[in-house]
Amino acid sequence: MRISTIVYELKQGFKNIARNWMFSLASIVTMAACIFIFGIFYSIVTNVNHIVKGVEEDVPITVLFEENVGDEVIEDVGKRIEARPEVLEIRYVSAEQAWEEFRDQYFGESKDAAEGFQDDNPLANSSNYEVYVKQIEEQSDLVAYIEGLEGVREVRQSERAAKTLGTFNRLVATISISIIVILLIVAIFLISNTVSTGITIRREEIGIMKLIGATDLFVRTPFLLEGIILGLIGAAIPLAVLFVMYNQVITYILKKFQVLDGILQFVPVGQVFQVLLPVSLVLGMGIGFFGSLFTTRKHLKV
Amino acid sequence: MIDLVDVSKTYSKGQPAVKNANLHIDKGEFVFIVGNSGSGKSTLIKLLLKELDASSGTVMVDGINLRTMKRRQIAKYRRKLGVVFQDFRLLKDRNVYENVAFAQRVIGRPTRVIRKRVPEMLTLVGLAEKYRSRPKELSGGEQQRVALARALVNRPDILLADEPTGNLDPQNAAEIMRLLEEINDRGTTVVVVTHNKEIVNAMKKRVVAMRKGVIISDEQEGEYHYED
Repeated sequence: MRISTIVYELKQGFKNIARNWMFSLASIVTMAACIFIFGIFYSIVTNVNHIVKGVEEDVPITVLFEENVGDEVIEDVGKRIEARPEVLEIRYVSAEQAWEEFRDQYFGESKDAAEGFQDDNPLANSSNYEVYVKQIEEQSDLVAYIEGLEGVREVRQSERAAKTLGTFNRLVATISISIIVILLIVAIFLISNTVSTGITIRREEIGIMKLIGATDLFVRTPFLLEGIILGLIGAAIPLAVLFVMYNQVITYILKKFQVLDGILQFVPVGQVFQVLLPVSLVLGMGIGFFGSLFTTRKHLKV
Repeated sequence: MIDLVDVSKTYSKGQPAVKNANLHIDKGEFVFIVGNSGSGKSTLIKLLLKELDASSGTVMVDGINLRTMKRRQIAKYRRKLGVVFQDFRLLKDRNVYENVAFAQRVIGRPTRVIRKRVPEMLTLVGLAEKYRSRPKELSGGEQQRVALARALVNRPDILLADEPTGNLDPQNAAEIMRLLEEINDRGTTVVVVTHNKEIVNAMKKRVVAMRKGVIISDEQEGEYHYED
């Protein structure tokens, strides 16, 4: 297709939108709502994932040993755990290190209070492995495996908190996917309706075009462009709003719940938009394109 | 150029609109197809435009069999034809220039060609000075001349005119017919469907008469003397 023809077709696409502005507006608003909700849920899911990931990385499984277990057994258990694919990192903590860490954490500056213990380590027999998992969902299997190893007395895990976050994440994802699917169907329907009205308005012109030798592609292109333009505008508006809103909402949350500051690490807006921007634009364009493609196929058989 | 062999067209209900029509038109001919309403003459034009498919028989145009033609070939085929209607069918939201240029745009002609060809055509039909006018600002005769310029701008081999003078006064009708004759003199095959007796009789061209879907006569330098 020549550049002059493409320019002409593009102009016709914009003209269609202008001529049929009420329906066009309705399509844009629905598309914007769809992408806006998609953006919100995507941001939530990304942030919850990020927090869960933090929990996964920060809270290890603690593997404790039976009394008087030999070093070879401890070493063997360590090797076996390290060989497991779900393990991200494993760290050995001797009884002395365990006591030192405990002392620093609980007695803090008043070290005098701990002086009474002197050389008598109250955490003797507390040598352990700290095991960090890659995915929180794999934690239960790993725990069951470690519990079955010889010499292991107890495996402590932070499964509850992690599981709750994981479940919350799945819930958010399920709800968002359901809402997005419904809105996508509405958006496709509305764009299809808009294009269909445009075809009705231009029926005479289309008839003339066909009679003087316009190809199906030539007749269809302005309508396909119309759908793509509507989709793009419908995606661009909520993206701009989300971009502005995102930092403000995070600032608000951290201000309102100061206790969470330092605990919750939110994903920076730039990182969220690295995925959200292209996905939303492609989604908008795709819905616009397919919405009008179905309609033009149905109505343009002159 | 045009060959119809035993062509019939029956709509879903009722009598056939065209019945066993046989017609041969040579390249460069000027032919009137005459008959009252319901005679089947407009159906004949639609068959030639491939707007309709014949129920039986063969329609050949410039060596192409329209019955076996694939859908995607229709656009290319129609570029061989120019077509003019009784109701002009101009785009009301565009000016004269754009209406004529439109025919070139839809077949993907470059802008430099359009800028050259459109004024030429508007000069031919005597509307060069009105290129900025909208259709509603023109008389019926002028509108039909714009439609004619649009039909000719792609240099078709055949010009099909369906009742081109139906909405015009005698003076404008005569002017349109003069233009059609001039176009024919330049080598374009012209087929005019009409029931305008005065014009047919004045032009002394080949006349094919139809009644109730049947070709009842075909005369060189014929006259319109058939009544229902």
